[in-house]
Amino acid sequence: MTDQGIGASVKRKEDLRFITGKGQYVDDINRHGQAYAVFARSPVAHATINSIDVSEALASPGVLGVYTGADLAADKIGGLICGWMIHSKDGSPMKAGAHPALAQGKVRYVGDHVAVVIAETLDQAKDAVGLIQVDYGELPAVVDVATAQAAGKAQIHDEAPNNTVYQWHLGDKDAVDVAFSKAAHVTKLGIVNNRLVPNAMEPRAAIGDYDAGQDQFTLYTTSQNPHVARLVLSAFIGIAPENKLRVIAPDVGGGFGSKIFIYAEETVCIWAAKKVGRPVKWVAERTEAFLADAHGRDHVTTAELALDASGKILALRASTKANLGAYLSTFASSVPTYLYAPLLSGQYDIPAIYCEVDGVYTTTTPVDAYRGAGRPEATYVVERLIEVAARETGRDPAEFRRQNFIKAFPHQTPVIMAYDAGDYAACLDKALAMADYKGLAARKAASAKAGKLRGLGFSAYIEACGIAPSRAVGSLGAGVGLWESAEIRVNPVGTIEVLTGSHSHGQGHETTFAQVIASKLGVPIEQVSIVHGDTDKVQMGMGTYGSRSGAVGASAIVKASEKIIAKGKRVAAACMELPEDGVDFENGEFLGRGTNKKMTFGEVALQAYVAHKFDPEVIEPGLKEGSFYDPKNFTFPSGVHIAEIEIDPETGHTTIDRWTAVDDFGILINPMIVEGQVHGGIAQGVGQALLEHTVYDENGQLLTGSFMDYAMPRADDLPSYKVAMSSTPCPSNPLGVKGCGEAGAIAAPAALMNAITDALGHENIAMPATPQAVWRAAQATTRKQAAE
Amino acid sequence: MIKLSLTVNGRRVAADIDPRTLLVDFLRNNQRLTGTHVGCDTSQCGACTVHLDGRSVKACAVLAASCEGAEVVTIEGLSNGTTLHPMQEAFREHHALQCGFCTPGMIMAAVDIVNRNGSSLDEAIIRQELEGNLCRCTGYHNIVRAIETGAAAMAGAKIAAE
Ligand code: FES
Ligand code: FES
Repeated sequence: MTDQGIGASVKRKEDLRFITGKGQYVDDINRHGQAYAVFARSPVAHATINSIDVSEALASPGVLGVYTGADLAADKIGGLICGWMIHSKDGSPMKAGAHPALAQGKVRYVGDHVAVVIAETLDQAKDAVGLIQVDYGELPAVVDVATAQAAGKAQIHDEAPNNTVYQWHLGDKDAVDVAFSKAAHVTKLGIVNNRLVPNAMEPRAAIGDYDAGQDQFTLYTTSQNPHVARLVLSAFIGIAPENKLRVIAPDVGGGFGSKIFIYAEETVCIWAAKKVGRPVKWVAERTEAFLADAHGRDHVTTAELALDASGKILALRASTKANLGAYLSTFASSVPTYLYAPLLSGQYDIPAIYCEVDGVYTTTTPVDAYRGAGRPEATYVVERLIEVAARETGRDPAEFRRQNFIKAFPHQTPVIMAYDAGDYAACLDKALAMADYKGLAARKAASAKAGKLRGLGFSAYIEACGIAPSRAVGSLGAGVGLWESAEIRVNPVGTIEVLTGSHSHGQGHETTFAQVIASKLGVPIEQVSIVHGDTDKVQMGMGTYGSRSGAVGASAIVKASEKIIAKGKRVAAACMELPEDGVDFENGEFLGRGTNKKMTFGEVALQAYVAHKFDPEVIEPGLKEGSFYDPKNFTFPSGVHIAEIEIDPETGHTTIDRWTAVDDFGILINPMIVEGQVHGGIAQGVGQALLEHTVYDENGQLLTGSFMDYAMPRADDLPSYKVAMSSTPCPSNPLGVKGCGEAGAIAAPAALMNAITDALGHENIAMPATPQAVWRAAQATTRKQAAE
Repeated sequence: MIKLSLTVNGRRVAADIDPRTLLVDFLRNNQRLTGTHVGCDTSQCGACTVHLDGRSVKACAVLAASCEGAEVVTIEGLSNGTTLHPMQEAFREHHALQCGFCTPGMIMAAVDIVNRNGSSLDEAIIRQELEGNLCRCTGYHNIVRAIETGAAAMAGAKIAAE
């Protein structure tokens, strides 16, 4: 079975439907008699709503209903929630304002949901939205996170004085202060992590459907975690009890974090379906995605690194202001705190770390997890500091890293995490060889001769994935457990359905999870179906984000398959008239120990259901087992990425000449899919560093609200990548996997900015390094060189 | 309402449509050919790419009414029965898709790239020609490999047919 099992680059089972146009995304689904929802959105960043007049819209042709926040309140529909409690330094709980699905009394960002029109056709709904009259009392916008807390700024939520949600910290401040006082060298950097728009290619969509006969709601939604959506919509928002609410997330066209969250639109669609007695469909236009999908990143940080005279790192200190936007999205509070500061040790032995983070409201789109979520921000801080410190102290950046690498495991950092395994020098060595680091000086000279500036940058990243041990995250404020479930149903003919609480929106679970079954049970992947994304089929699950589906989701499958084998052995023993513990399972066969008796997996499955050969008092008929797997620890994928670039100082254009990635993801289930995840992650990281930028004007208007204004990475912005692995198995889960989904996006920005600043001889330019920014810096460099 | 008749994936079709109907909406809503996707509202993403009289177009930027008598091929019409088009095969072979949302548009664009440039494509040409198609998942690396392979396979298929 090795040709199909764990470690094989099997072609994906899901591809056939996608390459033939047979995928079923939410917008491809139509319910009989469906009506269409269009939202009236705030055109201003911050205002009181003095009045809303919907009468004209209601009278417009085809309109079935027009609803505002007052209607939701009258039906006792609760607000959207944030599921992670953060406590400030002084012990007080975070100060969060209400987040109604349709505005009540006030709007707080451009795109905020004011009202919804439900009409027979989409065009009729759009026409009617334009007839809603809202009298806004405009208030000053608060856009800049660095100054949002200043006295005299407009207050966005009454509950949060000075627009401050929390003032949180982690680490030992006194120990860090002492270390800095003894330092031979201190590197200090101001770092901005630019705001990004996730832009999965499939826009978000929802269809709410209500069956009055059964009093049953069904929501089709573009979700990475349909069970979490059901839990929130049921237990917190109050749409219906869980047994009356089915959530289906069919094929989903990319998520990158933005489809974790429970948004206003699906809440309103499912509620309105009962109101109007018709299925209600909403599909975001791209402009709406820019305005209302949770954005990512947006940190302003001051960071310092203390070294002794030998180059050993003594301490790291960081102070960050995190823009959380106008409301707290589902997991917003955790991203700049527990998903960020615990990663500030990077791959390095740093005895003392202290980080403080202010979570800040602004009148902008809510900010939440986006591919990497906190970990790219941490890596960017650490890897920029390291690179600059190496340059300032005249050290080779590769050797400076090696000197400070953690070399023994397990390693307890001063910021929560206990790294379980890794070999950072092995990744570095392999990457240096692949990138021909030795030849860099000659290549730089050749570029200089051609009037170009060449630079090379490293990023030695770490991330905490496999999110997460439930008790650990519970102690840090999470409102949920982060286990995963699996159920294996063996049919009488030996074919298998695996029900998983993970959700695939590009990751290829239909293939990789089947490979796990092939390895564990010896059943060919063609005979294995993976079922996910429907709360009526899969009982419960926590979904896919934080590179958790392999480490947690597939581990649950392993645990359930172990139970299948245990039961199968008992059935086989009874059938072969052997003692109960006299059967072994190898390569898909049940073997009588010390005899030549054996049964195939299919034969045992059949006998389990025929149930003629065992005592039902001793063995229950059937072959179906489940598992809820809760991980022991986070996993710690790591790696080294090296970017080598060339800048044309005449145009400011940056060309990526070569990209080398050596990653340690532990055991790989499907190397082809893993490499694909790395490619995609790098592209998003390159996008952040070179192209993507979210710009609000001082009035809070989003200036980059379409693909015309927001530069998405395209094929000719990117190189082909050299990707290799250097693996240490993860000791914390039964598969030894670490997770690979976010690595590229975490590693890439620092590698690229380190390369660009290397080429420019400037220590700090901000992302995105657009041709204009690079040209300006290059001009300064050339002037400086001329003067010398 | 106006009358429209055209050929879609080799079938003659006729319909009464609102004159402002876009080709992509005609295909998705009227013809229920949902393989052609909508990823943007500014003709920037290419998810809606189809072939109109043998050339690739963004179906979100074409009025259905302008397609009277035309021949439209969508992703659903690219394969020959159950035999996949070589470009479809190449996308699967090279893992050139993840979520699959951009994929129909990518494949339709890729076939057109080969039709216009011939089969000896280098990486730079492919990357330049993909200018109009966004993918957020793959980082394009494997899409480029797939188009190289698909181009060679299309040339092979052409020779075999001659
Ligand atoms: S839908 Fe984006 S280009 Fe047509
Ligand atoms: S495969 Fe997801 S957008 Fe291309």
